[in-house]
Amino acid sequence: MKFVDIIRTAIANSFRSKLRTGLTVIAIFIGAFTLTITSGIGTGVTSYINSQVSAIGAADVLTVTKADDGATAGDGPAPYDPEKATAISLGNGSRPGSTIQALTDDDLDTIEATSGILGVDPSVQVTPDYIVYDVSGKFELTVNAAATLTTADLASGEQLDNESATDQILLPTTYLDPLGFSTPESAIGQTVTIGIADFAGTQQQVPATIVGVQNETILGAGAGLNQPLTDRLRAVELSGTPAEAPQSYATATARFDLDASDEEITAIKADLADQGYASQTVADQIGSFETVINVIIGVLNAFAVIALIAAGFGIINTLLMSVQERTREIGLMKAMGMNGGRVYALFSTEAVFIGFLGSALGALVAVAVGSVVSNILATTVFENLPGLQVVQFAPSSIAVIIGIVMLIAFLAGTLPARAAARQNPIDALRYE
Amino acid sequence: MTVPVLSAQNIGKSYGSGANRFDALKGVSVDIRAGESVAIVGKSGSGKSTLMHLLALLDDPDSGALLVEGTDAKKLKGKEVNRLRNQDFGFVFQQFFLTANASVLENVVLPLKIAGVDPKERKARGMEALEQLELADKAKSKAMNLSGGQKQRAVIARALVNNPKVIFADEPTGNLDTATGAVVEDILFSLNKDKGITLIIVTHDIDLAARCDRQIFIRDGLEDVTRSPEAIAKPAGAHS
Repeated sequence: MKFVDIIRTAIANSFRSKLRTGLTVIAIFIGAFTLTITSGIGTGVTSYINSQVSAIGAADVLTVTKADDGATAGDGPAPYDPEKATAISLGNGSRPGSTIQALTDDDLDTIEATSGILGVDPSVQVTPDYIVYDVSGKFELTVNAAATLTTADLASGEQLDNESATDQILLPTTYLDPLGFSTPESAIGQTVTIGIADFAGTQQQVPATIVGVQNETILGAGAGLNQPLTDRLRAVELSGTPAEAPQSYATATARFDLDASDEEITAIKADLADQGYASQTVADQIGSFETVINVIIGVLNAFAVIALIAAGFGIINTLLMSVQERTREIGLMKAMGMNGGRVYALFSTEAVFIGFLGSALGALVAVAVGSVVSNILATTVFENLPGLQVVQFAPSSIAVIIGIVMLIAFLAGTLPARAAARQNPIDALRYE
Repeated sequence: MTVPVLSAQNIGKSYGSGANRFDALKGVSVDIRAGESVAIVGKSGSGKSTLMHLLALLDDPDSGALLVEGTDAKKLKGKEVNRLRNQDFGFVFQQFFLTANASVLENVVLPLKIAGVDPKERKARGMEALEQLELADKAKSKAMNLSGGQKQRAVIARALVNNPKVIFADEPTGNLDTATGAVVEDILFSLNKDKGITLIIVTHDIDLAARCDRQIFIRDGLEDVTRSPEAIAKPAGAHS
């Protein structure tokens, strides 16, 4: 029997018992549908994150913190060490109440002395009280400390420039309406006033120029400030501080050679770790974020695969019944000189075809439903996250899913196909 | 003398083992020559079907040897046996074994499909066989919609489609009424006479057996040499 004839006959055979084939196809459909949707969500979320952080400008930066000294709750409190800096809150965006050991100026010197580190800057977190434009009224201002590390997704205007002499601010789109700007374009070049309290608690005012308007992002909400503006606000905050009060910082950013290889970066990190500092590159930080998402997607995929394995037993059952029903036909074909291998191929092909039918339909419907739901969500629940299409489909991953399902179907078909191939023509012809 | 198409030499076959052992065939020798028509006659359980299965290479004998045109069947490879059954043998069964919801033509061309013949040629040869059996108008009907006689004609068309040397017919008229059975018999014997196809008919119908050139009587797994054509003419208390 020719290969084409085997395929054609297998397809015709699978349609012979429409109800039975249909039910098996539904079981596979459910698995393939779930798998396609979860992989679509994975693709959608990952591509959104990538678009959010795609243009990371600072690939040569390590975020350094003091490593946890190992005193965990179970060990009781660590002995007091007068030399150690006090704990400091990680500030905006961290888990409420979470603190880490602060970095002191001594620590900064140590970090800078580490081989491979070109320079180190303490990350300064300023906490302005309000922002006001014209007669808009005063609004609270949240500052995104990481703004200068990333390249913003701009609605209008330009990126922050740390080398500029002017005090620049990058506003999220959500600030436009309260401050009285009708469009992002109209805000560019305008001067806003930032209110900030000094050490004594007296509010002072600092002007800043809006250079850009940023779409809302999942990576740290809030306004971005360029380095001169941060320095100026920091100076205001510290004015009046008693001279002996030690400076302390939650984190520091250490720069290394942009051309450093992965091994060199790993060496620098190991070196810092030996000295008691934890360090992460921007890629590490994004990586840990993606890991969480990948784990969630992985769990969802596991459920889909369980559904598919259940469907695999459906295929075994369908085909075993089919072999039973067609015992005489198989016997006749073998009597007429069809060899066992071809009989095996015939039933395997039928299994693979059922798998293909279920997975192709499942993927197709998943793409249709996913796209519609994603579009609806984008205009409702995720309205505030422009550019987020929760479910996105990559043709390659759909092809992989269909391929995997067909493989599962083939494996499931092995057992019935072997049963068919081994039949003795005489026993089969005598079968009542 | 020409070499027999099929030659069974003292072949035996048993099923089961131990206490359940059943000797279906206890040593039968038969020579079948090209172009003759042979009836294998016996009661049910006599071993006649087993003999046919062995002759048709559907089963291997436990003892004795089967020669196909002089070659020991044991020395043939599985592939050659399959080719032989596919191209040199045709099968007609009492229970028809037609695929009910496939068309008559599809049923008839099954041996050609197994042989790997192109669809176009398959169709042409299938239609030719159906025309010989005056079933061309039913080519597209489903097999289950045929009458008994039409079904058996379709089965003969299927046996014929590969231009076989030998047709094995197991109770070809068993499921048919007398008139239809007679038509089917006529077709089989005309194939034997006109085309020289060797005919091996397994039957318990003595009238059908009598139309064959030669009869081999099987009883309890052995050839019953006491039965002669004369004895059939006046069966003494024989079952029909």
